[in-house]
Parts: sequence; structure tokens; C-alpha cells
Amino acid sequence: MDLGSINPVLLISALLLASTPILLAAMGELVVEKSGVLNLGVEGMMIVGAVSGFMAAVESGSPALGFLAAAAAAAVLALLFGVLTQVLLSNQVATGLGLTLFGLGISSLMGQGYVGIRPPASPRLDLPVLSELPVVGPVLFSQHALVYLSLAAVAGVWWYLRSTRSGLILRAVGESHEAAHALGYSVLGTRLAAIAFGGALAGLGGACLSLVIVPQWTEGMTAGRGWIALAIVVFGSWRAWRVLLGAYLFGGVSVLQLNLQAAGIAIPVELLSMSPYLITILVLVIISSDKRRAQANAPNSLGRTFHASG
Amino acid sequence: MIRLERRPAPSRAWAWATPLLAVLATMVAGGLLFAFLGKDPLLVIRTIFWDPILGEFAFYYRGQLLVKAGPLILIAIGLSLGFRAGVWNIGAEGQYIMGAICGAAVGLAFYPLEARWLIFPLMVLAGGLGGFLWAMIPGILRTRFNTNEILVSLLLVYVAEQILAWMALGPLRSPDGAGFPGSRNLRHYDSAANHELIAGSGMHWGVVAAFIAVILGHVLLSRHILGFNIRLAGASPRAARFAGVNPGLLVLTCLGASGALAGFAGLFEVAGPAGQINIDFNVGYGFTAIIVAFLGRLHPVGILLAGFLMALTYIGGEAAQATLGVPAAAIQAFQGMLLFFLLALDVMTNYRVRIDARARA
Repeated sequence: MDLGSINPVLLISALLLASTPILLAAMGELVVEKSGVLNLGVEGMMIVGAVSGFMAAVESGSPALGFLAAAAAAAVLALLFGVLTQVLLSNQVATGLGLTLFGLGISSLMGQGYVGIRPPASPRLDLPVLSELPVVGPVLFSQHALVYLSLAAVAGVWWYLRSTRSGLILRAVGESHEAAHALGYSVLGTRLAAIAFGGALAGLGGACLSLVIVPQWTEGMTAGRGWIALAIVVFGSWRAWRVLLGAYLFGGVSVLQLNLQAAGIAIPVELLSMSPYLITILVLVIISSDKRRAQANAPNSLGRTFHASG
Repeated sequence: MIRLERRPAPSRAWAWATPLLAVLATMVAGGLLFAFLGKDPLLVIRTIFWDPILGEFAFYYRGQLLVKAGPLILIAIGLSLGFRAGVWNIGAEGQYIMGAICGAAVGLAFYPLEARWLIFPLMVLAGGLGGFLWAMIPGILRTRFNTNEILVSLLLVYVAEQILAWMALGPLRSPDGAGFPGSRNLRHYDSAANHELIAGSGMHWGVVAAFIAVILGHVLLSRHILGFNIRLAGASPRAARFAGVNPGLLVLTCLGASGALAGFAGLFEVAGPAGQINIDFNVGYGFTAIIVAFLGRLHPVGILLAGFLMALTYIGGEAAQATLGVPAAAIQAFQGMLLFFLLALDVMTNYRVRIDARARA
């Protein structure tokens, strides 16, 4: 065992990147849940994003096009969920599960011819001057563009929900869809838009995995990250900055356990591999055990079907 | 203008018709998918749904039907109890794995002692217990710490998969296996094997257990106070509390029952068709059983039929893969599609479509 081989600078740099897929997906799901919809299909949307982004990037040779395709494909899949739950009033839990099962199936079908190919490289974005700073430079200012985008998404979602009129309407719809409907706001429109946005971010997260982190396409490569994103929204008690914290905590654990595996520490590999899931469960328990605090910021209409009668 | 109007009571006719319509719609949409893949859609549909039962090689496939339907039905019956009560155990795959590991471990511990009357029943008990305890984790976390059981039960699937890999490569690895992963083959150990009961039929103890579960499930839901409480809690949690139903106990009962049944399914699979604990032991029955439960309308008899239909898609899918080169993943997408159509058409059970000739004032 050689713990000295673990370089803290590289560790933090890897943490930022490893957390990005989950952070993106969790930010999307935060907006969806704030509008009162529980979409359990994050895993399915991520994996469809991963495969669509990969295919588009390989075919076009452009990672940027890949990311766009990933966001679009996952948003389309999300809208399928939206139509089912919002227009056809199906059960959100069951439909979300169906979305995940369908996404896993359709993604491995789509990705058949793409196993074992390397995608076009997506370069790191060196911020001028800043990236040349010692220690801090390579950690903070020489990351992939998606890392910055995910941070911008956190700030953007925080600002949108807190300070814009449309964000206020979205929260109103999530708190009480009857009241929002009575005031003349479109519950259906707001929710469909939120669902599509959530899908797009989940798709980007998936593509970040297949195009930047791994970078390769393998079946089921999201490996539960969509579910962890869902858990992190609860962990963050529906607040953007706490969700960021949760995502980085998870990213830290998964990067650290990979490093420990590489360093050959005397813990079974399987135990290390399951640690991110165990720790997610643990923090979930800690957060939800204080019932009043856990529910304080939860949208009141979360998961309830809205039907404007009369 | 088209709008939906809530029915005073769910339509019984539609409740029975939607699964059938969903299957038809899936065949049409699936046919389009196969056509898109460059296959003859009619031929693929026939290979999946017709040939395994009535085709030339049906004698081989019919046995497989019970082998695949057994675990699906057994798990789905357990899940349906929870789904009816609003308790979402979606980690049956993990409970299935843990049941298999616990049951197989007990069997392997006795190797090479021959005492079937003792070892096999003990294995069955250990399998059920393994699944039960694994399901108790989300159960107790939900009742004691108010933690969401959907997320915990699902995350535990990934933990169980890691434990499975660890067992296959470590503690349970066969000492005679020349270093290959995987335990001893239980089918070659008579006291622990879950053999076919009638040669060529595919009938094994797991299928028997599935049929018993269907009957018990039906009696429980229609005749027993616990079944009534489950249905009551699902329909109206508030009314259930007034009626004196203990919500915590109900959560534990539902999760425990579904976990134990999934554990049984895992044990019967590992001692029978699969034969050994190995890294690729689980094939997603725990997830497909969710579709089976919904397709069967959370009703035991419906689940029985849905289980056979799903088993058919597995077997027909394999046949289509072998003879027509249809990718295995297509069948998974096909199954997911079925759930979508079912949920979409379900709107007709609870709502009726009204078309207003003129806009309302």
C-alpha cells in the first residue's frame, strides 16, 4: 500500500470532474421537483444522453455537437414522461421507473455499434493567466468546460428560483397547483418546461460521462448515478448550493475510493466500490431523520397528480 | 375541445382492457422498432409471441416458460402488496441477490454432506431470510428515520451487486474451480439442488412457490384484514390511520414480504436454473417484476398472466436473437415500452374523454 502516491491536487481536480455528471442531473431534477413533479427517470435520461451524445460526437467529430445532441435526446425522453404524467395523468413513480427501464434498454440498443470506440477528445479549458497559478491554477482553472457549465447551472438555478418572476411561478406551481391554476398560471406548461429542462441537464450529465470522464460507451455505464442525483436533491433539501455540496461530497468519495483501490489498500475492492452508495444512504438518513428540517423546503405538491376539473 | 372528466368510480371494463390494449400497442410500436432495425416486423413478432408456444420447437421453449415466469411472478406478487399500499420497494433485484447468496452459502457450508431433508429446507429458509433482512434496511430506515424507501432500496441493489462479486471471487469461490470466479455448482450437489420436478416441464420448487404465492396473495388481499388494510392505506392513508392501521408496521410488513419473496426467488434460481453464485448471476428479474406487477394490475391472477407474458418476451427474445439477429437490448426496450403504453392507456380507467362541441362559457 502506498498512500503517498495519492496526489491531493490531482485528487481535487478529479473530484470536480467526477462530480459534474451528478451535479448536472441533480440541478435539473431540483427544478423539476420544485415544480411539483417527481421524475424517477433520471438514470434513464442520463444513459440516453450518454449514448446519444457519444454517437453524435463520433459521427460528427465534434464534442460540442455531441453535448447538444445529448441534451436534446434526453429532453425528448423527458417530455415523454411529461406527456404521460401531466396530460395522461399517470402515476409519477411508476412512470419514472418505466422511463429508467426503457432508457436502459433503448440506450444499449442504440449504442450497439459504438462499443470500444474512442470519441473525439474534448480538451480542457485553460482560463488565461489563472490556470498558470501554482497549485490552485490546475485545480480550479484548467477544467473541462462542462465543469464550469455545471457551476453556472447551480448559480443560474439558484438565481432563477430566488429572483425571477418565472421562478416564483414555478415554485408556486410546485407548492400548490390548485392555487397556481386558480391564479391563471399554466400548471401544465410550467411543469412540461421544467421536465424538459431537467431532461436536458441529465442528458448533459450522461454525455459528460461518456465523452469526457470515461471516455467510452459501455452499456449501463451510468451505474446508478441518476439515482444518486435524486438522493442528492433530497440531501440538499431542495436548495441549489447544498445540492452542489452533496454532489461534491459524492464525487469526493468516489474519486477517493478509486485512488485507494489504485494504491492497493488492504480493503476488498468491492467494499470500496460500494462505499459511494453506502455513504449516499448514510447522508440521506442523517438529513431525513430531522423531519421538520427535511420537509421545510420540500415542494408541497411533489408527486401529486394535477387535474383541472370543471 | 377535448378534455378529461374523472369517472365517479374506476371503470372495470377499462381496467381489464388496458393491459390487452397495451400489449397490442407495444406489438405495433415494437414492430416499427424492428422494422427500423431492418428486420421483418411480422416475422419478429411471430418469433417472440407465437413460436415459443405453438411453433416447431415449442417443446423446448415451453419448459423455459415456467423457468422464467416463476421468479417474475414470485417477486411481483410481493411487490404488488407494497405498491398497493403506497410502499415503493424497487430494490427487489438486490433482495433477490442477497437471498441467493444466503441460501447458497448455507448449502455450500454443508458440502459434501448428503442430507436433502435437512439442507434444502434450510437453504430455502436462509434465502427468504436474506431477502427479508435486506428489505428491512429500507424498511427500518423509513419507519425510524423517515428516509425515502425508493432511493434506499434502489441504492442497495448496487451494494448487493458488489457483495455478489465479492462472494463469487472470494468467500464462496469454488476451491475446485481452478481460480475461475463462481461457486461450486449446486446442481451437482444433490442435497442442495433445486431439480426439475417433472422432466422437461421446467417445473421446479420456485415455480411451485410462485403458484402458492399467487393463491396466498389472492386470499390475503380479498379475505384477510391485512389485505384490507393494505388496500385501505393505498386508497386513503388518512382513512387508514383513523381505522387504526399502524402505518409503520404496514411499511415493514410490505417490504418484509416482498423482500422475503424476492429472496426465495433468488435461492430457487441459484440452486436450480443458474446453478452457482457468479458475478453475472442476476439478470434483472427484480426490475422486470415491477413491470409484471403493473401489467397484472397489482392483482395476483393478473400477475400470474403477466408473468407468463413477460417470460414469453424473454424466451421469444432469445429465439429472435438467435435466429433473426435481433439485439438482446431490443427486448429490454420492448418491455419498457409495454409499461409506458400501459400507464398511458390507464387514463381511460379513471377518466373519460369528453369532446365539447363548443367552447364552454
